[in-house]
Amino acid sequence: MREVAAEFANPVMLYSIGKDSSVMLHLAMKAFYPSKPPFPLMHVDTTWKFREMIEFRNETAKRLGLDLIVHVNEDGVKRGINPFDSGSSLHTQVMKTESLKQALDKYGFDAAFGGARRDEEKSRAKERIFSFRTATHAWDPKNQRPELWRVYNTRIHKGESIRVFPLSNWTELDIWQYILAENIPIVPLYFAKKRPVVERGGTLIMKDDDRMKLLPGETVEERLVRFRTLGCYPLTGAIESDADTLEAIVTEMFTARTSERQGRLIDSDEKASMEKKKKEGYF
Amino acid sequence: MNAPSRELQAFLAAQEKKTLLRFLTCGSVDDGKSTLIGRLLYDTKLLFEDTLASLEKDSKKFGTTGEDMDFALLVDGLEAEREQGITIDVAYRFFATDKRKFIVADTPGHEQYTRNMATGASNSDLAVILIDARKGVLVQTRRHAYICALLGIRHIVLAVNKIDLVGYSPKVFSDIVADFRNFSLKLGFASEVAIPLSARYGVNVMEKSVETPWYQGPSLLEHLETVDVDAALESKPFRLPVQWVNRPNLDFRGFSGTIAGGRIRPGDTVVVAKSGKTSKVARIVTHDGDLPEAVAGDAVTLTLADEVDISRGDVLAAPDARPAVSSQFAAHLLWMAEEELLPGRQYLLKLGTATVPAQVSTLKHKVDVNTLEHLAGKTLALNEVGYCNFATAQPLAFDPYKDNRDTGGFILIDRFTNATVAAGMIDFSLMRATNVHWQALDVNKGARAAMKGQKPVILWFTGLSGSGKSTIANLVEKKLTAEGKHTYLLDGDNVRHGLNRDLGFTDADRVENIRRVGEVAKLFVDSGTIVLTAFISPFRSERRMVRELVGADEFVEVFVDTPIEICMQRDPKGLYEKAKAGQIKNFTGIDSPYETPESAELTIHTVQSEPEVHAQRIVDYLRDRGYLG
Repeated sequence: MREVAAEFANPVMLYSIGKDSSVMLHLAMKAFYPSKPPFPLMHVDTTWKFREMIEFRNETAKRLGLDLIVHVNEDGVKRGINPFDSGSSLHTQVMKTESLKQALDKYGFDAAFGGARRDEEKSRAKERIFSFRTATHAWDPKNQRPELWRVYNTRIHKGESIRVFPLSNWTELDIWQYILAENIPIVPLYFAKKRPVVERGGTLIMKDDDRMKLLPGETVEERLVRFRTLGCYPLTGAIESDADTLEAIVTEMFTARTSERQGRLIDSDEKASMEKKKKEGYF
Repeated sequence: MNAPSRELQAFLAAQEKKTLLRFLTCGSVDDGKSTLIGRLLYDTKLLFEDTLASLEKDSKKFGTTGEDMDFALLVDGLEAEREQGITIDVAYRFFATDKRKFIVADTPGHEQYTRNMATGASNSDLAVILIDARKGVLVQTRRHAYICALLGIRHIVLAVNKIDLVGYSPKVFSDIVADFRNFSLKLGFASEVAIPLSARYGVNVMEKSVETPWYQGPSLLEHLETVDVDAALESKPFRLPVQWVNRPNLDFRGFSGTIAGGRIRPGDTVVVAKSGKTSKVARIVTHDGDLPEAVAGDAVTLTLADEVDISRGDVLAAPDARPAVSSQFAAHLLWMAEEELLPGRQYLLKLGTATVPAQVSTLKHKVDVNTLEHLAGKTLALNEVGYCNFATAQPLAFDPYKDNRDTGGFILIDRFTNATVAAGMIDFSLMRATNVHWQALDVNKGARAAMKGQKPVILWFTGLSGSGKSTIANLVEKKLTAEGKHTYLLDGDNVRHGLNRDLGFTDADRVENIRRVGEVAKLFVDSGTIVLTAFISPFRSERRMVRELVGADEFVEVFVDTPIEICMQRDPKGLYEKAKAGQIKNFTGIDSPYETPESAELTIHTVQSEPEVHAQRIVDYLRDRGYLG
C-alpha cells in the first residue's frame, strides 16, 4: 500500500463494505500510522446494496475521518436497470463494471486498491498484485507484467491505471482470523439473526425492501440466517446459521464445506464468467 | 460476546503455530503438475462441496481421464488454457494441513514460459520438479533446475511422477535420480529429496504407499510439512529499504518500510547506506504501539534521534555490515520481453524501493539454460539468461543476491512501453565505481561558460537521412560563430570516421553510437561550449538518455521533419537508392524504424521554407532563452 502511495499521483481505495474491504481498510490505517491513508475511499453503489451496508459504510468513513466518494451510474438508474428484470448479468455489467469505469475516469484515479483474493476463484488465482489496466480499463491475462520478489513495476502512461490487490495471498480463513484477532468492525449482516428471506432457485434471498416483488408461490419467512459474502441484496444468498459472534463464525468456518462465492449468483451465470467480466474491467 | 469455546481456542492456537511454506511446481507439459496440485487440494480437504460438484461436471466435459475426476481442471484457470490443455501463467493456490500453511505457485513448463517460472521462483523457498517416469530427465528438467538455482531456491523435491505407468519400478526411479544428481551437483542445492509418485492415484502424495515398498523416504506432504527452509533472514545484517517518508505533521518524521534483513531495537545505530550519515533509532512506531524490537519481514516505521536527510529509495543499514554502494556491478539477467536487450540502451532499474536509469555496459556471456554452457552474444532474446556488467546513473545500495533476495534482486523496465523486460540478480559490485570518484575541479562549467559569455547547451538535430540536419546545423553554427559564440558541431558521418569507426548499423551499434556521442557532447557542455549534433538518432530511448546526461535546460531537441518521399528525392549521398536495391542493410526509413520525437523543443518543416529561415529561427530561440548571454 505504501508503495502505491509513494509512486502514484492519485490513488483510491475501492471500498465494497464487505469483510475483505474492512480488513484492507484496517491494514491501510496501520500502514500509514501515525498519518492517515493518503487517499480517499470510493464505493461504487449499485443502489441495490443492503441498507445495513450503507449505514455501516457512512459510519465507518466518519469514525476514521476519511474522505468517502460514492458513485452511482445515473445513466443505469435512468434506464431502469435492476437485478430482477434486467438479469444479474446486465445489472452487474451496467451498475458495477461500467459504473466503476465511469468513476475512475471521472476522478482520474491512476491506482485503485481492491480487496480481491486469489483463493476466491480460478481466474483470480492468476491475478497480479499490481494488475495493469489499459486506458479502457481492460485486463489482458496474457499480457501481464511479471511480478518478481516484492518489486512492483508501477510505471504507466497517462490514462492507464493499475489495480492493486493487497489481500491477494489471504484466504477466507485468514480474513476471519484476522478480524477476530484485531477486532475489526464488520457489517452486522455477517452475524446470524432472524431475517425475512425468500427461497428462490434454491437460494435464500433477503427481502431488504419493497422493490423485491414476490413470484407466485413464494412467501417471506423469518429465518435465522447470515451472509458469508455481501453484494447486491437480490443477488446474494444467505446461509442458515446460528453463528452470531466472531468466534462462532470462525468455528463454523473451520468446519465449512461450501466455498464462499456460491452465495453470489453472478458467477454461475455462464462458464468462466469471472474471467469475462474482468477482461471488461470488473474487479 | 461469548467466551471463545475451548475447541476454538485450540484451533486458533494451532493456527498461530503454523509456519508458511511457499513452493513452486515445475515440470514439462503433461508431467502432471496441475494434477498433483489438484490432488493436494483434494486430499487436504481444501475443496468445498460446490467446487467439487463443478469439477465433476467439468471432468465429464473437458476431462482427459475418462471416468475419474480430472484434478488438473481445478487449477487451470483461464479459458484459453482450458481449451489448449496447458497452464499459461503463474497461478497461486492455497492449502493447509495441521502443521503448515502452503502457497503453491503453479508455473508452466514450456521453454517460452521461462519468465513465468522465474516469477514463481522469486517468491518461493522450495521447488517441486516433476519428471515423467516414462521419459526420465529431459532437457527441460535441467532448465527448470537451473532457473530454480539462479533465482536462489535452495531446496528441491524431485517428484518422479506416473510411477504407476512404469510398474512401480525401483530401477527406473533410481536411474532417474542418479541422472538428475549428476547435473544438479553443479547447482549446489542445500537439500534435494527424490520421491516416486503417482499424482493421479495419490501414491506417496499424502502417505507412503504400499505400491512402493522399496522406497524408504517420506511422502511428498510429509516432506513439505517438515522441511526446514528457514533462510535465517533475521540473523543477516539489518536492512530497511525506505519505502515512504511518514510526515503527518511537522513534529513527526518517520521512515516506513519492510525490514529486508536482520533485527532492530530502539537505541541501535543505523547508517544511510548511500550518504554514510549515521543516527540512532529513537522509536519503532506501529498502529498498535511502539515495539521493543522488529525483525526481517516486519512492516515498520522508524524514527531517528537526529535530523538526517533520508528519502524513498535510501537503505538504512547496520553500520558494521553495510551494503555495497556502487553504480557498477555484475549481475545475472533473465530477459523477459519480446524486444531484445540492447546493451548501452538506458532502462529503468528498480531494486527494492529505488528506481534509477541503468544500462548494460557489457554482456559478458549468455548462458545456455539447458546445458549451462557459456555462449558469446551481443543481445539477449526472450527467456535468455546472460551475465552482464551494469552501470547506473546514480549509485545504488545493494547486497549480492545470494545473501539477500530483497536487496539483491531487481527488475528492468522499458522506458517507453513501461513493460517489465528483465529480472536481475546481483552477483557483486565492480569496485571501480567506488574507487574512481568524479574529480571536482576548481575551474568549473559555470566559470568556463561565463568567460565565453554564453550558456552551454546541446542542440540535438534528429531526423531521417537527407532531411537537412547537417545543412541547417552548419548554418546555425556559422551564425553563432559570427556573433562570437563558442561552438562545436558533431556530425554523424565525421564521428563514424574516427571515434565510432568500430560500429556498424545494427540496433545495438546505433545505441552505442549515440551513447558515445552523448558523452562527448556532455564534455563539451562542461567546457561551456554550445554543441550542435547532427545524427539520425532514430530511437527515443537514446535521445532521452542523452537528454538526461546533462541539466534540464542544457538539451534542446530539434526535430528536422522532412517526409521520407522528399528525403528520397533529395538523396544527397545516393544512399536511399542503394538501400532500396538492398545494398545497404538497416537503413533508417527503409528497413530500420525511425521513432518520431514526442516532445521536441523545436520542429522544423523543411519543405515550407529555405534552410536559412530555419537556422535563424533556431538562433532566435537560443537568444530568447538567454543562451547567448
